[in-house]
Amino acid sequence: MKTFYNKGISYRGGICMQNIIRTKNTNLGASKKQNITVKKLIEQKYLLFMSLPFVIWAFVFCYVPLWGWTMAFQNYRPATKFSEQKWVGLKQFKLLFADDTFWNVMRNTLGMSFLALIFGFTIPIIFALLLNEIKSTRYKKIVQTISYLPHFVSWVIVASIVTTMLSTDGGIVNIVLMKLGILHNNVSLLTKPTYFWGIITASDIWKEAGWGAIIYIAAIAGIDQELYEAAKVDGANRFQQMLHITLPGIKPTIVVLLVLSVGSILNTGFEKQMLLGNPLVIDYSRVLDLYVLDYGINMFRYSFGTAIGMFKSVVSLVLVLIANNIADKLGEGRVL
Amino acid sequence: MKKIRKKIAVFDVVVMVIMVYIVIVTLYPFINVVALSFNDSNDTVKGGIYLWPRVFTLGNYKEIFSNPNLPLVRAGFNSVLRTVVGTFFTVISCCMLAYTLSRRDYVLRKFVSMVFVVTMYVGGGMIPSYLLMKNLHLLGSFWVYILPGLIGYFNVIVIRSFMDSLPPSLQESARLDGANDFVIFSKIVLPLCIPVIATVALWTAVGQWNSWFDTYLYGKDLLSMTNLQYELKKILDSTQATSGQTQTALARNGSLIINPVSSDSIKMAITIIVTVPILLVYPFVQKYFITGMTLGAVKG
Repeated sequence: MKTFYNKGISYRGGICMQNIIRTKNTNLGASKKQNITVKKLIEQKYLLFMSLPFVIWAFVFCYVPLWGWTMAFQNYRPATKFSEQKWVGLKQFKLLFADDTFWNVMRNTLGMSFLALIFGFTIPIIFALLLNEIKSTRYKKIVQTISYLPHFVSWVIVASIVTTMLSTDGGIVNIVLMKLGILHNNVSLLTKPTYFWGIITASDIWKEAGWGAIIYIAAIAGIDQELYEAAKVDGANRFQQMLHITLPGIKPTIVVLLVLSVGSILNTGFEKQMLLGNPLVIDYSRVLDLYVLDYGINMFRYSFGTAIGMFKSVVSLVLVLIANNIADKLGEGRVL
Repeated sequence: MKKIRKKIAVFDVVVMVIMVYIVIVTLYPFINVVALSFNDSNDTVKGGIYLWPRVFTLGNYKEIFSNPNLPLVRAGFNSVLRTVVGTFFTVISCCMLAYTLSRRDYVLRKFVSMVFVVTMYVGGGMIPSYLLMKNLHLLGSFWVYILPGLIGYFNVIVIRSFMDSLPPSLQESARLDGANDFVIFSKIVLPLCIPVIATVALWTAVGQWNSWFDTYLYGKDLLSMTNLQYELKKILDSTQATSGQTQTALARNGSLIINPVSSDSIKMAITIIVTVPILLVYPFVQKYFITGMTLGAVKG
């Protein structure tokens, strides 16, 4: 199910890819060019047995679906041979771009992505910075451990919890909002389209902010302590130290992660929208993957659905490559 | 001097207040869910349950286990099964692949790693995958939970970089003793990789335990395929159909016979059952979760 964790993988993967490149470079001098000979292959038969089954696996489960993209140019009918499928050129894409729902879906996808980028991206940084200011290691650990607990529960559970918190009979959110005078009477927030994007963003932050902070906390731990000593001598207070030493210290990490999240802007995920959405808010909750699900799978319009999926993958890939180039230009090194 | 000290104190207080706020916001929902799950379901609709149940009962839990429309035992069994079997196969596969890629003398190393790097960045998408499963006759088969996600290349990279850090002399001396590559892998490399295996196993296990969308896509309406997350998802769907407000209004009139599964307390009891395994292991294993995460970060 790896496509459904796309965002996480591409960003964690990105960090590790640097790793690969680095090890590759350092070993360039050491390893001579290997010639593939039958003798070598027999010698390494155990290594072949241990890796080729997975290459076959990759062809079946990763490359065959890629070949499935041909469906986007056909009028695909199930249980028909490939050679007998009708080719229709770009018809599916023309249909797609002429569909009002598609533009509505794009607005929702981008809207929720930008909210995630603005809040979901900055809050972990602020959290990491503030956490760093706690002097007691014990309290720091406790707060940190608690903060990333929600990352490990599924979206189904989070959705169940969120609906309870937002419920009109005794849900804490309504009670607090009414006490603060923001709401005047009990409102079923999940049925109001206006609030949907906000609810999604807030639940996402609740679930992932603590986890997202880990990487910054690790980066902060790597900052040279002498810089703080020097700043203290110059009379900088703790807030100034945070702004002028800690923040610039983690800037490379911030840039890399920012670039990667811009690259994965179409991969907002769809679980939260699917679980928290309902027919009343569908115009604000349907994102690209749900569009594929509703139109492609549930209505059996396989070719149309594949065209949507292909559009998404290709645009994402281009965005990732552009983002990677930008990171390179900014002098932070190629991320991929 | 005095002024500075005062400023520092203010800053500390602000940080402390924010942290306390974060802890409360994170923990309150969990506590509230526990309280609701132990509260009498007829009493819950009156509202006002926060940290503690008002009318304590175990009835909600008894009810969900005896409800014939809720195959909880079967779902729990399937959840455990896919977590155990899926994690086992994924970890073994990732380790084997990682070992071959850690061998710099392996002649197909470049080719194999290229094949997998590509899979990290492009995927066929939902419909081609769905049709593939259909053509492989995996729809409604338990293997659909295990095979498609067998290899996560990120995991392979994490394991491989750990293997790279092991001293090469161990493998060399075993080879001199006549051990073949498989023996070296299983008898020497694998036992040394326990820490990284623990991390990858935990990630995979959490992923398996938490997934529900593959059930929705590939095993809808099949008792043999259902699991806890999916059962909870179905309950969420059914409760959203009837809005909370109308339910309350009807309950006040006394005219509503509350559907056991759609009542909030029962929903919360199921939520707890699905969450508890994670909460139970979390304090003991959370450091392994972080290990892998920072392994990637620090080296990157």
